[in-house]
Amino acid sequence: MKQVLESCLTATINGETVRIQAIAPTTTLLEYLRQSGRVGTKEGCGDGDCGACTVALMAQGADGKLHYQAVNSCLIPIGAIAGRHILTVEGIANGCLHPVQAAMVQTGGSQCGYCTPGFIMSLFAAYYDGTVNDACVEGNLCRCTGYLAIRRAASLVASSPVQDVFRDRLAQTATELGEVSYDGAQSQFYRPTQLSEVLALLQQHPNATLVAGATDLGLDFSHHRKSYPVLVSLEAVVELNFMHQTTEAVEIGAAVPLSHIEDRLRGVFPSLDEMLYWFAARQVRNRATLGGNIGTASPIGDLPPVLLALDAELKLASAVGERTLPLANFFKGYRQTDLQPGEVIVSCKIARTIAPGAVRRLSQSYKIGKRGTDDISIVAAAFCIDLDEQNQIVHARLAYGGVAATPVRAIVVEQWLLGKPWTAETIQQAKSHLKTAFTPLTDLRGSAEYRKLLIANLFEKFFVEYP
Amino acid sequence: MTTVGQRKSHESATGHVSGKALYTDDQRQPIGMVSLYPVTAPHASARITHIDVSAAYGVAGVVTVLTAEDVPGENDTGVIIRDEVLFPTEVISYWGQAVVWVVGETETAARLGADRVVVHYEPLPPILSIKDAIAANSFQGQPLVVRRGDATTALQAADFCLTGEVEMNGQDHFYLETQASWVIPDGEGNYQIYSSTQHPTETQVIIARVLGIPNNRVVVTCLRMGGGFGGKESQANPFAAVAAIAAVKTGRPARVRLRRSQDMTLTGKRHGLLGQYQVGFSQEGHITALDVDLYADGGWSLDLSPPVLLRAALHVDNAYYIPDIEVRGQIVKTHKTSNTAFRGFGGPQGMVVGEEIIDRVARFLGLPPEVVRERNFYHGEGATNTTHYGQEIFDNRIACIWSQVKANANFAERRIEIAHFNQSHSYKKRGLAITPVKFGISFNKTQYNQAGALILIYTDGSIQLNHGGTEMGQGLHTKMLQVAASALGVKIDRFRLMPTSTDKVPNTSATAASSGADLNGQAVKDACETLKARLAPVAAKLMNLDAPEDLVFEDGWIYSRSYPNDRIRFEQVVEQAYNDRVSLSATGYYRTPNIYWDAATSQGRPFYYFAYGAAVSEVEVDGFTGTFKLRQVDIVHDVGESLNPLVDQGQIEGGFVQGMGWLTMEELVWDAQGRLRSDAPSTYKIPTISEVPEHFHVELLQRAAQEGVIYGSKAVGEPPLMLAMSVREAIRDAIAAFGAVDFVPLASPATPEAILWAIESVKARSGAKSGVAESLLVSPTV
Repeated sequence: MKQVLESCLTATINGETVRIQAIAPTTTLLEYLRQSGRVGTKEGCGDGDCGACTVALMAQGADGKLHYQAVNSCLIPIGAIAGRHILTVEGIANGCLHPVQAAMVQTGGSQCGYCTPGFIMSLFAAYYDGTVNDACVEGNLCRCTGYLAIRRAASLVASSPVQDVFRDRLAQTATELGEVSYDGAQSQFYRPTQLSEVLALLQQHPNATLVAGATDLGLDFSHHRKSYPVLVSLEAVVELNFMHQTTEAVEIGAAVPLSHIEDRLRGVFPSLDEMLYWFAARQVRNRATLGGNIGTASPIGDLPPVLLALDAELKLASAVGERTLPLANFFKGYRQTDLQPGEVIVSCKIARTIAPGAVRRLSQSYKIGKRGTDDISIVAAAFCIDLDEQNQIVHARLAYGGVAATPVRAIVVEQWLLGKPWTAETIQQAKSHLKTAFTPLTDLRGSAEYRKLLIANLFEKFFVEYP
Repeated sequence: MTTVGQRKSHESATGHVSGKALYTDDQRQPIGMVSLYPVTAPHASARITHIDVSAAYGVAGVVTVLTAEDVPGENDTGVIIRDEVLFPTEVISYWGQAVVWVVGETETAARLGADRVVVHYEPLPPILSIKDAIAANSFQGQPLVVRRGDATTALQAADFCLTGEVEMNGQDHFYLETQASWVIPDGEGNYQIYSSTQHPTETQVIIARVLGIPNNRVVVTCLRMGGGFGGKESQANPFAAVAAIAAVKTGRPARVRLRRSQDMTLTGKRHGLLGQYQVGFSQEGHITALDVDLYADGGWSLDLSPPVLLRAALHVDNAYYIPDIEVRGQIVKTHKTSNTAFRGFGGPQGMVVGEEIIDRVARFLGLPPEVVRERNFYHGEGATNTTHYGQEIFDNRIACIWSQVKANANFAERRIEIAHFNQSHSYKKRGLAITPVKFGISFNKTQYNQAGALILIYTDGSIQLNHGGTEMGQGLHTKMLQVAASALGVKIDRFRLMPTSTDKVPNTSATAASSGADLNGQAVKDACETLKARLAPVAAKLMNLDAPEDLVFEDGWIYSRSYPNDRIRFEQVVEQAYNDRVSLSATGYYRTPNIYWDAATSQGRPFYYFAYGAAVSEVEVDGFTGTFKLRQVDIVHDVGESLNPLVDQGQIEGGFVQGMGWLTMEELVWDAQGRLRSDAPSTYKIPTISEVPEHFHVELLQRAAQEGVIYGSKAVGEPPLMLAMSVREAIRDAIAAFGAVDFVPLASPATPEAILWAIESVKARSGAKSGVAESLLVSPTV
């Protein structure tokens, strides 16, 4: 790591090199864009929930190549764009309207137009990936059109695009993220590339805060306007950015974005596929990391129930060494974990083997929110049942989110299920146990009574769908 | 070639997609502009005992702090009555109410300053629900009654009689662009305001009032809005007003832009409404008598609640003839945001009550709800085709639309298919429903039904088009360009559509009540006719013709019907007109004819005409979780001879989805202290693309010209929202399939939780003996 802090960051916005100085690294990319006169990008919420501020970030995809990724600029600390290429709505008309822009004009895809730049950039990013569909704009809210005209626009540009200047640019740009040491407005931003540097920085700066995709911490920058004296970004750390698959297990680095996991592990764990499908929206999955979703220890984090049901194991590292820990032992209380000062999550390992004596595994996850898409769960559940030849349960995991202060397993019910046949009668009995297994709270998302009903009903739903 | 009726893209579409369309807060900031940030109350109801702003000045960049003492004129922004204090000094009326505003060199400085302001409160118990307000006798405004015949007697005479109630949630507008206003003083006592407002004139009047200056010193301009939906009809005013006070006090340009959670916390929403009814009906399902009480949650101040309540009362009937009916309405006063206009303006709430009653009758009698709907339609002539407020429905298109959408949707076949599906599935059920919409078009307040336009032709033949309406995405400006181009016989690209501004067209009405195109279109056309009448003699002279009345203005050319090949260019005539000293600018004006309203008797002809539509929706409901999936939507809607089918289809689709959000997922949650907990898109969920089915078919009613309306078109802004009642009723239909009961209550919004409780209720009552139908499981309140 460079010992001398730079007072200036450089990045490329719409093909133009910009020098960023004298602003706090927690200033969001959206604020920077608008303050620098690039007002085409809009703030609809400042919470990463509406997509109006979507821009395209050139970033490595699961295949290691550069892609345009739709991201919420309101959640990105300006420090994180150091050395990166950004495209905004102002930068994609190359003499004439870009095909996604022309399509939106043609179909009436804009009414008030305020959400439109965000839709354009989501469509733009998907255009170069050949993934123009509903899912590519599920993180963009529109209050005017009812989305139908936008869907028509998407269908006009859904076929594979021609070679153009934007595709050329992907091929001509370097993929590696360099290290950054920036000091702006009395705040420091480090982006080391080695885990040892991360650990050293945590020793030097006990007040440092770790950040990766900033999809959760970004709310503190954008919404709560909190300041952080020292941020250490994990985005470029080699040891945290890997995925390793064997027939026995899968190990995922803590800084791997969820969209990479989605692409590379599709079909390996059905319950993980399902939950990733419902996990926020494309813009968030492009930035959010596995380690972040675990480390925030939110009781309504989407992935912990899935990972608990799959008996995931964490690898943690600090200056004194590495250790492993079952995920079930990681959550200690409301937003509290076993992570020690100076320690970071390195990876998460999920076994692919089923229990001894079992002949088949049933596994699925469920997420119930007020809105199906891009919502915080009222209750999330993940189930993993291994059955022997007699259809007897030899291994059971029932994990839930939204029912307690932490993501949690219904251990008493799991044990009760062992040795029981996988039948409707067993399920009915299990349901009565599940109804008293937790004491969830009533909050704005749902009542305690509803949550209790879901805890039991979801297990029955699982049985009905996986008899 | 005429441009009216073409599928023209939004006039700003290219600007929208390239980020070049500017909104209020996107403009280049003038030098020295200050930003405002509010200090908000942490109680829903409290007495203010002490305000000390001095510490704010300790923050670098704080310029000043605005308090009630800084208001040069009246400290009140109420629009119908003066009950909306801008800077409260005595009491807090809702949680999050702005007490003082800090002015900073930057928004950050103002925010940090606001953190330092000390206000002491003496908390008081808040009133937070309609029922609590009724119990506490907390009302505002005047009660209203709309009646025909004698409902009491008719109820006694009815074959069957049922009582019940339905309560529905409000709705946040969630326009993507939050409230924003800029005020720029000229140093000579005049103020230029840029505001995201649907009602520039009212914003002007309110600013003049709080500044204590004449209206002519205030110019309000609206560039365009990032969505309005009624939420910027009156709600833009207070924020423009505080910015104006900051400009007066500092002498500098000042801006207010609300962050999302501030916007949701501070601004009014759709009225929640409680309807309590007693309905009498026959064995065949004919409704013979109805007695209804409507209680609208007005929130802390009156705002626009009286006309909202009136429109609810005038739409309880929806498309149904009810011989003897009495509708009573009251506005309750609660410690919540002051509820306001929202697409439909009370109409949707009234109609949801009406449809609830229809479904109740149908299930009680064991008849399909669509049959009971059909049997009660307004029909024939005279009384059976006349509303309870005495307006005959001269152009009743309900039956025609109804049969068309049923055919388009294969309604009968799908009823059978769904019955089969439901028989073979225990845990998921499908539901199908068709609902009609009849919506009255015109402002209830007769004087609002007027509009003006101003057209300026320059000597090169280019034209500026001004009219009194504002653009919030609904395509009004696009339609006005089409109207002007058609009426003046020139190509659309000759026009520049000017930002709406009170110094161009004065004394305008709000762009609201779906009336924008109807009113402003006629005014624009009027101005064009005036100009054509002036240009025609000039052209005739140029062409050596002696019959200017025979001239045709078309596509930028002018020619005589008799000699179509002998034509001259529009700009040549314009140039000659200038040389001949003929005026090249004209105003246009329109007032809607033949409407009147007697507020004392609640009778009259308040609506120029009605807009109609009908929708068929199919859903699938999951019995384990209460989640639902909207599977298919078919709509036939009446927009007259569409001015622009692309725009109108967008209004129908967008209105439907917005209505679906209101009725199924958008849940406003206030806690026991009156704090709005759903104050961000993380907690307040509007539909995404994934909630909209692939099969979504909209058909515009054909050969539907509406006489007396601009080019035979009809208003389209609000009516389609109510087509979404078909989703609520389809969900109810699916819930009913989980058992066999004669009553399926369903909370609104029909969230997964509400649906699951409704299913549990149906199951419980189906398993039990008859007679327990009244002991309902209801959703526990949050």
